[in-house]
Amino acid sequence: MKLITAIIQEDQIDQVREALIEAEITRITVSRVSGHGQQTTESIYRGRRVAPNLIPKMRLDIAVNDDFVKITCDAIIKAAKSGKVGQVGDGKIFITPLEECIRIRTEERGGVAI
Amino acid sequence: MNRRIIITFPVTVLLLTLVPRTLFAAENNHIDSGATAWMLTSTALVLLMIPGLAMFYGGLVRSKNVLGTMMHSFAAMGIMSVLWVICGYAMCFGKNALGGWCGWDANLLFLQGIDDSIMDAGVPDYVFAMFQGKFAIITPALIAGAIAERVKFKGYCIFIALWGLLVYNPLCHWVWASDGFLFNLGASGAIDFAGGTVVHISSGLTGLIAAIYLGSRRGYPKTAMRPSNLVMTIIGAGLLWVGWFGFNAGSSISSSLATAQALTATQTAAAAGALTWMLLEGLHQGKATALGFGSGVLAGLVAVTPAAGVVQPWGALVLGAIASVMCYQAILLKNRLGYDDSLDAFGVHGIGGITGALLLSFLIRKSWMAEAATHTTNGTWTALQQFGIQAAAVGITIVYAAVVSLVILFVVDKLVGLRAETTEEMAGLDSTFHGERGYGMLTVS
Repeated sequence: MKLITAIIQEDQIDQVREALIEAEITRITVSRVSGHGQQTTESIYRGRRVAPNLIPKMRLDIAVNDDFVKITCDAIIKAAKSGKVGQVGDGKIFITPLEECIRIRTEERGGVAI
Repeated sequence: MNRRIIITFPVTVLLLTLVPRTLFAAENNHIDSGATAWMLTSTALVLLMIPGLAMFYGGLVRSKNVLGTMMHSFAAMGIMSVLWVICGYAMCFGKNALGGWCGWDANLLFLQGIDDSIMDAGVPDYVFAMFQGKFAIITPALIAGAIAERVKFKGYCIFIALWGLLVYNPLCHWVWASDGFLFNLGASGAIDFAGGTVVHISSGLTGLIAAIYLGSRRGYPKTAMRPSNLVMTIIGAGLLWVGWFGFNAGSSISSSLATAQALTATQTAAAAGALTWMLLEGLHQGKATALGFGSGVLAGLVAVTPAAGVVQPWGALVLGAIASVMCYQAILLKNRLGYDDSLDAFGVHGIGGITGALLLSFLIRKSWMAEAATHTTNGTWTALQQFGIQAAAVGITIVYAAVVSLVILFVVDKLVGLRAETTEEMAGLDSTFHGERGYGMLTVS
């Protein structure tokens, strides 16, 4: 089991969510976060060029069984990448090993519970 | 009192028809400072309703669209105010032109002719013009509720400018100008004290047509699209309620008994509407929601808008309660019929306005009916006859607003495009059309 953490552009959350649902990955957690990486594109704010501070992003946490890792990542990348070439700020995906998963309602454990 | 009316009324009418306004409504009139003070206040109160409306609508949409939705109301404040000063006032309150389709008075362009004139009511013409201008602002802002979350900002701005010129101004002229044909229909005119037909029915119908023309939001009705900030919504409803005192009571264009009657009717209908909706929802769905309360307040206020000057408190209770029932049913019907009137512009304003404009015929105070009867050839005037007049006014408003709006929608759509692209709609109005974010880090959706 793996935990896939994706940080994506705010504007793309609807696209990514729909792409995931289409790929039959339907169990996700979404939160608002802020952060920055290399992104230093200046923008105009109230008449002056400014370099952004912490930038708002969306974070998805998706627990998947190993077989589904590639499908999930492909769906996210396809939907979250800006156009063909992509832009600085499109985000990152982290894949971490998931030790245990428990469904609260039925108390199932393991891959079945994902 | 009666002798003065018998003498001054026909004289005033004669003067209105024979002499250009600017010649007699001039510096000779004294300012009634009480009436003027109230009318100045009313103007500000009605202006406050537009940010109130912005909050009401803004809280109901998803957070990615909150600024865009509020901008619909604020943009109207800018666009319609300027148009009003340039030519709107002239088109509404000038003398009949183009066969009575609208008014016209070149002297009123840019409000030049009223720089120092005082109305017979003792209120400066400027105040009256500015007061009326606020109505011209809020009416198109109401339409935005029906097409929320999916309209291009540029297209919206052009649409409301054309709509104001071609739909609002003529309607306002027909109903409120002294030579307008609806003002003079029947014994004492079609009753529309503060804008049931001019504001609510017209915007409600246009909203319905626009909602159907643009199509539903992406994912409607399967995807849940929850309000992002109901706190803001009900604060908005409260601001609208308070502002409505300017809207209705101010429409008496005086600080008088009529003002007091309108104020009382307004408060009573709003409360009756809210209570009824609370009860209906509680019984029908188990819980009385805050949004339902706000909707009930609006339903009651919309219904009493045409009637504020002619109904007594018991009539206002009836109007508020029945309007709530009708609007509640209308929203249930909307869900069954499947069109996406996103924020119930037609469901509340359209249906509420129609209900109020028609139902008031049976709730008019006796003294008004008696006075109306003196204008008829046989000295009688019944509620049913007034109902006929009301129905005519309502019907004309519905047809005119619907047809002309459809043409404007079509033209603007072809010119600059009205419906946001799919990717734009998904990214949200705020970032697409304004490059901004409404909320900091509050909600995900």
